[in-house]
Amino acid sequence: MADNIPVGSTTEGAIQVGGDHPADARVSAPASYDVADFPVPHGREEEWRFTPLERLRGLHDGSAVADGGIRTEVYTPEGVTQEQVGRDDPRVGRAGKPVDRVAAQAYSSFEKATVVSIPKDTVLTEPVRISVHGQGGTAFTHQVIEIGAFAEAVVVIDHTGDATLGGNVEYLVGDGAKLTVVSVQDWDDKAAHAGQHTALVGRDATFKSVIVTFGGDLVRLHPRINYAAPGGEAELYGLYFTDNGQHQEHRLFVDHDTPHCRSNVVYKGALQGEDAHAVWIGDVLIRAEAEGTDTYELNRNLVLTDGARVDSVPNLEIETGEIVGAGHASATGRFEDEQLFYLMARGIPADEARRLVVRGFFAELVQQIGLPELQERLIEKIDAELEASV
Amino acid sequence: MATLEIRDLHVSVEADNATKEILKGVDLTVKQGETHAIMGPNGSGKSTLAYSLAGHPKYTVTSGTVTLDGEDVLEMSVDERARAGVFLAMQYPVEVPGVSVSNFLRTSATAIRGEAPKLRTWVKEVKEAMERLRIDPAFAERNVNEGFSGGEKKRHEILQLELLKPKMAILDETDSGLDVDALRTVSEGVNRVRETGEVGTLLITHYTRILRYIKPDHVHVFAKGRIAESGGAELADKLEAEGYEAYTKGA
Ligand SMILES: Nc1ncnc2c1ncn2[C@@H]1O[C@H](COP(=O)(O)OP(=O)(O)OP(=O)(O)O)[C@@H](O)[C@H]1O
Ligand SMILES: [Mg+2]
Repeated sequence: MADNIPVGSTTEGAIQVGGDHPADARVSAPASYDVADFPVPHGREEEWRFTPLERLRGLHDGSAVADGGIRTEVYTPEGVTQEQVGRDDPRVGRAGKPVDRVAAQAYSSFEKATVVSIPKDTVLTEPVRISVHGQGGTAFTHQVIEIGAFAEAVVVIDHTGDATLGGNVEYLVGDGAKLTVVSVQDWDDKAAHAGQHTALVGRDATFKSVIVTFGGDLVRLHPRINYAAPGGEAELYGLYFTDNGQHQEHRLFVDHDTPHCRSNVVYKGALQGEDAHAVWIGDVLIRAEAEGTDTYELNRNLVLTDGARVDSVPNLEIETGEIVGAGHASATGRFEDEQLFYLMARGIPADEARRLVVRGFFAELVQQIGLPELQERLIEKIDAELEASV
Repeated sequence: MATLEIRDLHVSVEADNATKEILKGVDLTVKQGETHAIMGPNGSGKSTLAYSLAGHPKYTVTSGTVTLDGEDVLEMSVDERARAGVFLAMQYPVEVPGVSVSNFLRTSATAIRGEAPKLRTWVKEVKEAMERLRIDPAFAERNVNEGFSGGEKKRHEILQLELLKPKMAILDETDSGLDVDALRTVSEGVNRVRETGEVGTLLITHYTRILRYIKPDHVHVFAKGRIAESGGAELADKLEAEGYEAYTKGA
């Protein structure tokens, strides 16, 4: 596919055996809850080099000030509780510390954290729904989703409207629990949203994260996986549709520091329009003690028009040979005129041909996500994005 | 009766910032039910003719006309041409990742026929057509042309020909890259379509081999961007014996 990579796009990526944690080298300061521990980024730091800082609307330099212009509503099915708690609550900050300035800013600035608890052994038949709706304001939020041992739940977090949001989410997944979380970024065109989603996966627990990003001027999310005990499994899925002028950045980090855990990462994105920019970073670290690890990560991008840019950087670092499997793949390809010609030469009109190819591109991922109500919504949304184009 | 009329067709491409004329005045009339073989050396412009008729955007028609039953083909978009009845089996069929053969076939049949084929009869129709062309049923779920061998791609083109039933079939080197068995299978497919009497066939080939299976009514020698000589099936025998040298001499 080498001759098919769109102009300006990059695919880097490395598998390193041994060595000195490049994944750690990506951060310019040690993880901390305190924003003061992070220098204001200037843009050349490893973790900020792809991000247009000026479009963070001040989330990175302290100039963004919360004004209450974002409304959060939580719908909890029977048996599920929600509380507003302070920073001193033991559950807050437990999954992991903020690792960059924006995440630390959000952590240092939120007033109350929302803790949603699904008690142990509870199997939910309908999702917990969290709706975050921006009314042009700025907010720093912190949510903790806590699921007890052997409970099963789906949580859907919807982001809509216009907002400047520094929002962190933590997932505390109890032993043997199954938690699926869908975070949909369906913002208006002007919104800026950055945050860290940190999961602590318990013994034999399954955590499934689905990140869906369609909207916003700038979205920069940082899903991180930590394992509390052996047997944990993380499935990280992402789907993005980046158009005209949008910057959508997904930076993942899976920290295999515990034996016999699994992770599987699949992110796919389509891009169209002038200055659409998607960034995908996939850092997977298998530490020496993580024997029996099984991990795979994949990022694929489909560039529909000229002028869009993708930076895709899978990075796998392995410190032990005693693993089940480890691999990564990244590819960025153009929607080709030859494909369009071939389909049209069979009578299929141009817009339908385009839809066919883009739906096909996402089809397998949508199936893997495996939530029927979401599947339909995703396909509708993808079609709508295509319709809005060109 | 459907008729494709090509008159004084001139076509150029943009290459390295220069315009290069490839077709230099092609005249040809193909009627429904007829089979015309176009034979010529590499680089003589055979594929250019095929692509130009299908409307590939790389090729610019600088003068001349193409009509199908009096309708101006050159005015039509690529998909309109296909719906008007022009079918191009490509020399190098394109891979379309993520789109299954069955979805592709159904979508194109729906576009060409103007309505979605009834599911039950459609499934049967496809299954039978695939069997006749000895295409493994598992191909229905594979992505279009992705990882297909050269021969599999050509069978897939002929499968489309059989299902889409065009008025004019342009087959660009459908025989190349096929072993003898595959050549026979593919030729049988083309002949089934021809036997309906409802299609005009433009069989583009480099070799006479396929003409043992598909008997042309007319043979045209293509050289230097135009038809250099036309005749009956006997012209192919002459080419077989003498090659193209007589037509390529002189700049
Ligand atoms: N897109 C293009 N850009 C530049 N030159 C082209 C292009 N398409 C065709 N040509 C040139 O036009 C000439 C005719 O090419 P064409 O593919 O039509 O020949 P052909 O008769 O089909 O050959 P073959 O038997 O090898 O398939 C060749 O010199 C070729 O290099
Ligand atoms: Mg050719």
